[in-house]
Amino acid sequence: MTKIFGGLTALQDVSFSISACDITGIIGPNGAGKTTLFNVVTGIYDPTSGKVYYDGKDITGFSPEKLARLGLVRTFQGIELFGQMTVLENVMVGLHTRSQSGIIASALKLPAHLREERRIRERAISWLEFAGIADLAGMKAANLPFGKGRLLEIARAMAVEPRIILLDEPAAGLNSRETSDLALLIMRIKDAGITVALVEHDMELVMGICSRIVVLNLGHKLAEGTPRQIQEDEQVITAYLGEG
Amino acid sequence: MKRELMKFLVFAAAVLTAPLFLKGGYIVNVLVFVGIYTILAVALNLLLGLAGQISLGQAAFFGLGAYISGVLTATYAANPWVAMVIAVIAVGAIAFALGFPILKLKGHYLAMATLGMGIIVYIIFNETVDITGGPSGLSGIPNLSIGGIVFNTDMKNYYLVWSFVIVTILLSVNLSQSRIGRALRAIHDSEVAARILGVNVRLLKVQIFTVSGIFSALAGSLYAHTVQFISPASFGFNVSIELLTMVIIGGLGSIYGSFLGAAILTLLPELFRTFQDYDIVVYGTVLIVMTMFMPGGLVRGVPLLARSLLVRVKAGLSSEKSV
Repeated sequence: MTKIFGGLTALQDVSFSISACDITGIIGPNGAGKTTLFNVVTGIYDPTSGKVYYDGKDITGFSPEKLARLGLVRTFQGIELFGQMTVLENVMVGLHTRSQSGIIASALKLPAHLREERRIRERAISWLEFAGIADLAGMKAANLPFGKGRLLEIARAMAVEPRIILLDEPAAGLNSRETSDLALLIMRIKDAGITVALVEHDMELVMGICSRIVVLNLGHKLAEGTPRQIQEDEQVITAYLGEG
Repeated sequence: MKRELMKFLVFAAAVLTAPLFLKGGYIVNVLVFVGIYTILAVALNLLLGLAGQISLGQAAFFGLGAYISGVLTATYAANPWVAMVIAVIAVGAIAFALGFPILKLKGHYLAMATLGMGIIVYIIFNETVDITGGPSGLSGIPNLSIGGIVFNTDMKNYYLVWSFVIVTILLSVNLSQSRIGRALRAIHDSEVAARILGVNVRLLKVQIFTVSGIFSALAGSLYAHTVQFISPASFGFNVSIELLTMVIIGGLGSIYGSFLGAAILTLLPELFRTFQDYDIVVYGTVLIVMTMFMPGGLVRGVPLLARSLLVRVKAGLSSEKSV
């Protein structure tokens, strides 16, 4: 896969796959192309060339909303919450694809719609419990502390009931305690049978929870392997520490 | 949920009993217009307050509703209720078709496009003299009637128009609290996050634009059949700005706020007749002052203001005691 912005080649022939029900880490120095990679995979950008496959199906250029319906969601580096809505309502929006009342049923409060609303609310609460923030349900999302906001964003993405979740630097801006909570949450997601891919700078987190790691540098794939292989890879060490 | 129901019941009861306290006459006539503008303001608020999409061309849908209803009945002698239904469906279809290209735009561009839409429709009203009567207007529009009751007095029109207001408000409140309402508010806060969660942003925007158009057309049809005379001047650019001012005064996203905004902006000019030629200046000033000092509108701003005043008064009292 290649992505070129004007004269800048952000990704050059990067190719890898992530395996189901596993946690894959994507690491690399700043400007390596990690977030661009996520943006291409999740349909925010179109790749200049190359393809994205999901379950053997070509999903290149699919819109984010179509991908969500297929079971692929993501979170953002600078969290994107619905600030004016409550924590619970944020997760309820996550259940949008799992419900179907239209404008007319909603405006008329038809019985089927009311039943669905109750179900949406219950499911949303259980996802808040999953992320350990059920006590904040009534709070306005904009007033959440940063660390809790990150958990909410993950809970909201989980409410879509995805098969793959892409986390873009989930530990950025978190303290060590919040990071270890996050690690536990990511493990719970994996245990629920969901495939996780994360872009991350926090090496301890990545080495601790990922079973496979892909290393990017300056838009190229530098290495791929288990945490141990990556830690011993000379090229990776050079990219991170600079040449001797 | 319970609180919403209470609010609605109080509102409905107030609307139904209000005429008992009024001696009839002029004020009832003004209240008919407050009702029509409430429907229009609520319609705009669904688009602007919920979904965060601006429209400076709402008067176009209002006018189209009025003219379709007016021409069908005055020129072609259609039944007014049939005309109303046709007007609402036709304008809904127009809004749906226009919505796809227009709502691709965002922010200032969307404002410009809707402004253009409003002006084009206004020019059409003026220029298609054979159909609309042009600048001199269209007269002879019949009143609505049910069985033997003809809505031909201010009091009857009051109950006619406000019945529609109550229904409009009920549907809008329900909508704003539903799955669709949440998705629209999500679009307002972060479009990209809404898309990532599978919300079909483009279609939802067009749908709410259509609903907004339908309610506006309903208001237009009611206007035509109560006033019985329409001319392009009632559907110009300044009407769109007036509606925007109503929504901002009342509070973005607050359905009852739109009623408040409509009431204030319809009643005030009646009190200060001198504004007449300078109304657009007054609206502009109100818009600036409101967005600077009370961005949440009166419905949210006044309680906040009252609370901070109360705190200050209390602080003042305790400091006096200590002196």
